[in-house]
Amino acid sequence: MSDLDPQPAPLEQASAPPPAAVRSEMSDGEWHRMHPLSPLLRGGLTLIVIIGILVANLRDRLISFFLPENFRYGEEDPVDFVLQNGLAVQAIVAVAVGLVILIALFWTAWRFHTFRITGDEVEVRSGVLFRTHRRAPLDRVQGVNLTRPALARLVGLAKLEVVGAGLDANVKLEYLSTRNAETVRGDILRLASGHRTKDAASRPASAGGPLTSRVTAGISEIIDGVDDDGAEPESIVRVPISRLILAGLLSGSTIWFVLVVVAAIVGLVLQPIWIIPALGASIPAAIGFGAYAVRQFIKTVRYSIAPSSAGVRVTFGLLTTVTETLPPGRVHAVDIRQPLLWRWGGWYRIRVNKLSGRSASDASAAQMGDVLPIGTQADVERVLRLLLPSLSVDAAMLDAGLRGPREGDGYVTSPARARVIDPLTWRRNGILVLPQAVLMRTGRLWPKLTILPLARMQSVRLSQGPLARRLGLAAITGHTVMGPVNGTIESIDHARAYELWRAITDAAVAAASAESAQPTDGNAVEVEWPEAASVAPPLAPPAPVPPLWVPPAPPTSPTEER
Amino acid sequence: MTTSPDPTNPATGSPTPTDETFTKILEPRGASRLPLGNGAWRQLSRKYVIGQVIGYVVVLLLIAAAVLTLWLMFEATWPFIPGGILFAIFLVTLVVTPRQARSIGYQLREDDLVFRRGILWQRMVSVPYGRLQLVDITHGPLDRMLGIAQLKLVTAAASTGVTIPGLPQRDAEQLRDTLIEVAETRRTGL
Repeated sequence: MSDLDPQPAPLEQASAPPPAAVRSEMSDGEWHRMHPLSPLLRGGLTLIVIIGILVANLRDRLISFFLPENFRYGEEDPVDFVLQNGLAVQAIVAVAVGLVILIALFWTAWRFHTFRITGDEVEVRSGVLFRTHRRAPLDRVQGVNLTRPALARLVGLAKLEVVGAGLDANVKLEYLSTRNAETVRGDILRLASGHRTKDAASRPASAGGPLTSRVTAGISEIIDGVDDDGAEPESIVRVPISRLILAGLLSGSTIWFVLVVVAAIVGLVLQPIWIIPALGASIPAAIGFGAYAVRQFIKTVRYSIAPSSAGVRVTFGLLTTVTETLPPGRVHAVDIRQPLLWRWGGWYRIRVNKLSGRSASDASAAQMGDVLPIGTQADVERVLRLLLPSLSVDAAMLDAGLRGPREGDGYVTSPARARVIDPLTWRRNGILVLPQAVLMRTGRLWPKLTILPLARMQSVRLSQGPLARRLGLAAITGHTVMGPVNGTIESIDHARAYELWRAITDAAVAAASAESAQPTDGNAVEVEWPEAASVAPPLAPPAPVPPLWVPPAPPTSPTEER
Repeated sequence: MTTSPDPTNPATGSPTPTDETFTKILEPRGASRLPLGNGAWRQLSRKYVIGQVIGYVVVLLLIAAAVLTLWLMFEATWPFIPGGILFAIFLVTLVVTPRQARSIGYQLREDDLVFRRGILWQRMVSVPYGRLQLVDITHGPLDRMLGIAQLKLVTAAASTGVTIPGLPQRDAEQLRDTLIEVAETRRTGL
């Protein structure tokens, strides 16, 4: 660090992470600054608004500038006012001073925005007048997300978000150059899981380079995709564009869209009196559906999921690329669904609950639930193995869960008297308690299988309303951290439900204590992929993860794992 | 009353039953109700009902006062409709409260706490001790006057939502200490 450092490093020397574990020179336990362009990007929206206002005000002048013939513009604009009153010098000085102040503000903000990665935590300091200092203890890190908004991608930057446990507990590093962000992310994850890499070869981080080459690199990258340094294995699921388009067309929103269009046509033919307000209401609705479908498509294009040395790594997004890494054992609930029309293609979608560490008001919180946007049953099987390594996932189990009931699948299903309230699904409705997880399946037209890992279960509820009591039924709910997945199974025989409720609680206690006695340090991602090659020949079977690290000695005693 | 709860057996740390609390869980009558299971249930203080009734009566009086004021001063008759609906809702709640209070209970088992409530809508929640993130005690001015407190159990799941109202203050504090101690010895990851 230079001697211009606005805040001298604190006296107590933070422990530098072991050099063997880090690859980036940015994670050496010292304070570092963000990329110099980051204030511009962080203030990007404001800048665009200011430019927009300027353009709107000077529009006529700009037009006449390009059309030199006597193009008249009637109203006065600020430039005319300045020229007519002989204020040109003052105006130029004012603008210059404003620019200098703006740049100075950006510069100070940049100087005061520093981060460091020590052996114990990730810290970020920012703010000039109101200093904020955030730390994320490494043993609480739930994952690291790498986001590359479209504007930042153009100049080759990315932002990192270290996900902590708790609401609004995330530490954000905005922005780093993409190469640095990738290596720093790897470092944080490796430190967080206590991994020590054998390979200590430090590779030099990318030098700044002139902006033009950055932009070209950024543009070529948008076309080519993120260039990984080859250490990460290939995605185990490939989603063809054709399937994405078809699935989008067959999704629930499309059904509604078609219904609206049909209603509009019927209305036009019959021409009842209410046609005008109805059309007026349906057009914004149609636009909304269209925008939703396009957004969904853009989000899911270029999806990939791969095991990495630090956990499961999910990437998606065309314009804004989000790369998320889920350390093993951070999946709190899994939900496999099939929308009505996807049955035709045999496709499913997987969502998970996990600790996201964002505040509830964060708009982007919702998008992070999808782990597999669309996939065949074979894809589902592979992804599930990756997400839940402790569970023995095989085709028979998935078949029972997704298409059941099957003979002797072990599920406890609804009794026949549940027909009154569940005429279609009562045969399929079922729950299965395994030593590692609870499986709940329901839905005939909208099949759904929910898997709740017992080691992550927070509490279990058994409930019964008046109608269910009349029928002798009860519902069981497994409570997990907040997310899109909701683990409830209705209409189970009340006596069986009580036994199951007790059994689930006991199993949850047993699973949790078994896990804390023997911490699963990332060994979890080493899974065999016997049939991956046979199922999807075009995609190369993932190379077995090279042992990048020796099995670590946990830094603290296992009982201290919280 | 035991002063130092034994972390290996939380049941010893549960408060000793006294006349202060209800002694029998009120259950729905239907044959296919959810069973209570074995073990003794701890219940709320009888004073909890007093506190609730006072609270609801105050609310009812306020609603009546607001409606009457509007009627007498501005001759407005429309407030009778929303006011009447609100009044009816709170009146029903008031009537049901004593029964409801007797349906609430908790049980300290070996590895988990079980909480139950409700007659028409029965609900039983079991919370493994190791999952407790924190235990909250709150008591308002009225609660303090009556010597009762409310205990809230917080886990990483927002939907757990176990709140035990109206415990005798001594029981509440004792229960909190027991739970914290037991949670500490069985702490597991998130």
